[in-house]
Amino acid sequence: MALKNTFMLIFAAIAISFTSCKKEKITEIDEKGNFVIEFDNVVNDVSLVLDSKDYVNASGETFKVSAFKYYVSNISLTKSDGSVYKVPECYILVDAAKASTLLNELKDVPVGDYTSISFIIGVDKERNLAGAQTGALDPAQGMFWTWNSGYIFVKMEGTSPQSTAADKSLTFHIGGIVDPNNTIRTFSTDFTTGNPLRIRTDKKPQLHFKVNVASLFTGKENISFANLNLTMGGANSVRIADNYVNGLFKLDHIHN
Amino acid sequence: VKKLKVYLLLSLSAAILYACSKRQAAVPETEEIKFVTPANFPGAVYKFEDNPLTQKGFELGRKLFYDPRLSADKSVSCGSCHQQFAGFAQLDHAVSHGVNNCLGKRNAPVIFNLAWQKEFFWDGGAKNLEIVPINAITDACEMGTNLTVIVDFLNATAPYPELFKNAFGTATINSQQLLRALTLFVAPMVSANSKYDLVMRNQKGQTFTSDESAGYQLFKEKCANCHTEPLFTDLSYKNNGLDLLSKDEGRKIITGLRTDQGKFKVPTLRNIALSAPYMHDGRFNTLLKVLDHYTSGVQQHENLDPKLAGGIQLTSAQKQQLITFLNTLTDDEFIKNTAFSEQ
Repeated sequence: MALKNTFMLIFAAIAISFTSCKKEKITEIDEKGNFVIEFDNVVNDVSLVLDSKDYVNASGETFKVSAFKYYVSNISLTKSDGSVYKVPECYILVDAAKASTLLNELKDVPVGDYTSISFIIGVDKERNLAGAQTGALDPAQGMFWTWNSGYIFVKMEGTSPQSTAADKSLTFHIGGIVDPNNTIRTFSTDFTTGNPLRIRTDKKPQLHFKVNVASLFTGKENISFANLNLTMGGANSVRIADNYVNGLFKLDHIHN
Repeated sequence: VKKLKVYLLLSLSAAILYACSKRQAAVPETEEIKFVTPANFPGAVYKFEDNPLTQKGFELGRKLFYDPRLSADKSVSCGSCHQQFAGFAQLDHAVSHGVNNCLGKRNAPVIFNLAWQKEFFWDGGAKNLEIVPINAITDACEMGTNLTVIVDFLNATAPYPELFKNAFGTATINSQQLLRALTLFVAPMVSANSKYDLVMRNQKGQTFTSDESAGYQLFKEKCANCHTEPLFTDLSYKNNGLDLLSKDEGRKIITGLRTDQGKFKVPTLRNIALSAPYMHDGRFNTLLKVLDHYTSGVQQHENLDPKLAGGIQLTSAQKQQLITFLNTLTDDEFIKNTAFSEQ
């Protein structure tokens, strides 16, 4: 009798564990995977080397780059059926001087084949107005204006013989969230039809972007450092943002 | 058996009592302070949603507010330019006096009723209460330092790590906690118990004298348009004709609009008798000089507020009555509240 009961219990336990397994199988539809975005900073066709290397802008003026930093946020991925996955709480600060910021792993993305990506170059308006933040948005990162509070979305500093600033400096701090000087810009790009971003549980595909400093100074209009070498928000920052909106990021390839 | 039951029951209740008293002893650790909106005030803007108001957080914020070691040469604390007896403005300083004896560009504003403001500074450049201190921390003429230096100092200096842990529950201090702690100290600074408030709320049998009453009528006719009750500011930006051409561009620095050139935030008039000197550059050291400006000194700046185009007509007797009324906006209870004082 006692033995029978024990068997019954074991059977019941096995039955329960089977059903729980089945349940897990159902939830496995929500399988997730990771991917990496790599930002490869360049000036047109050549790699960006801070401080030492000379480059030429579209107006034919020579310049050096001493700092290049930018925010990428609010990343969303779209599948061919039009469904969109928004990466939650995603704020990336890329600093050309810090190699560790060039490779960014994004986790727990629903598996599937994604055909395009879009993101904000900068930080959304809400987060500009929110209180004290941490991580990439920590104001201690040096990408936050205190006098007219808000984030610097793209920061480029350097020198050019053509700059009319006293020390020949170039200071391009692009930011601002209020019209008509709103510089929040959204970039999106489609992936090649045959090579979507394949998110799988057991793989870590890589999106490789080239990020072109020179795009700040050409696109909608060519900028001459003789005329513009300093902007910290305002109308001139809008000119730069309108330049780089389509040219700053270029998808180079996907490693699936 | 009965006796045993009773004994068990007793020991059980003793255990409960012990647990209760233990819990009570632990309560002040995280005791929440209730932020009360005065009966004659609108709802506050800052809601403490992500930054709950606790006694530990408030006390930590107060310690940080009064700690001069946070500045570059360890000489200037927040409290240096925001003195309680001056309504948390800086008495007798036209512009603020920062590290290395450097003089700033603008008059240090009063600190109270900030929970009702969306924008801060004379030009409204700071758009969230929590980030306001960063400007003073980093300005070369104020505290002359930066968040990283302060956070490193706090992490390395007892008893701060313990105080932050008690307030926020984490082992390492970051800039968000520094800024939130300061906010937990300044946001509860509410000045709403002046004689004016008691009269408005029919409390303690307070009534205006005849001069105060006459001053209040004058105020409502001639000043309340911009210095709107109960905050005594409509929080807008105006040019009040101080100069024909403004050296300080004011609100235009923020918006880039020519129509904002020479405009500054309408300041509150609460505790105004204590917070001299006046205006964004502290150019007037008495209330009478301020009123003289409005009656006979208004310059026709291109962005002058239209209501000030002809100045404000006031006799000398009326000026005295207005000043008598403005004195009823002094809130001794707030000014002398030791909870806000350096400990």
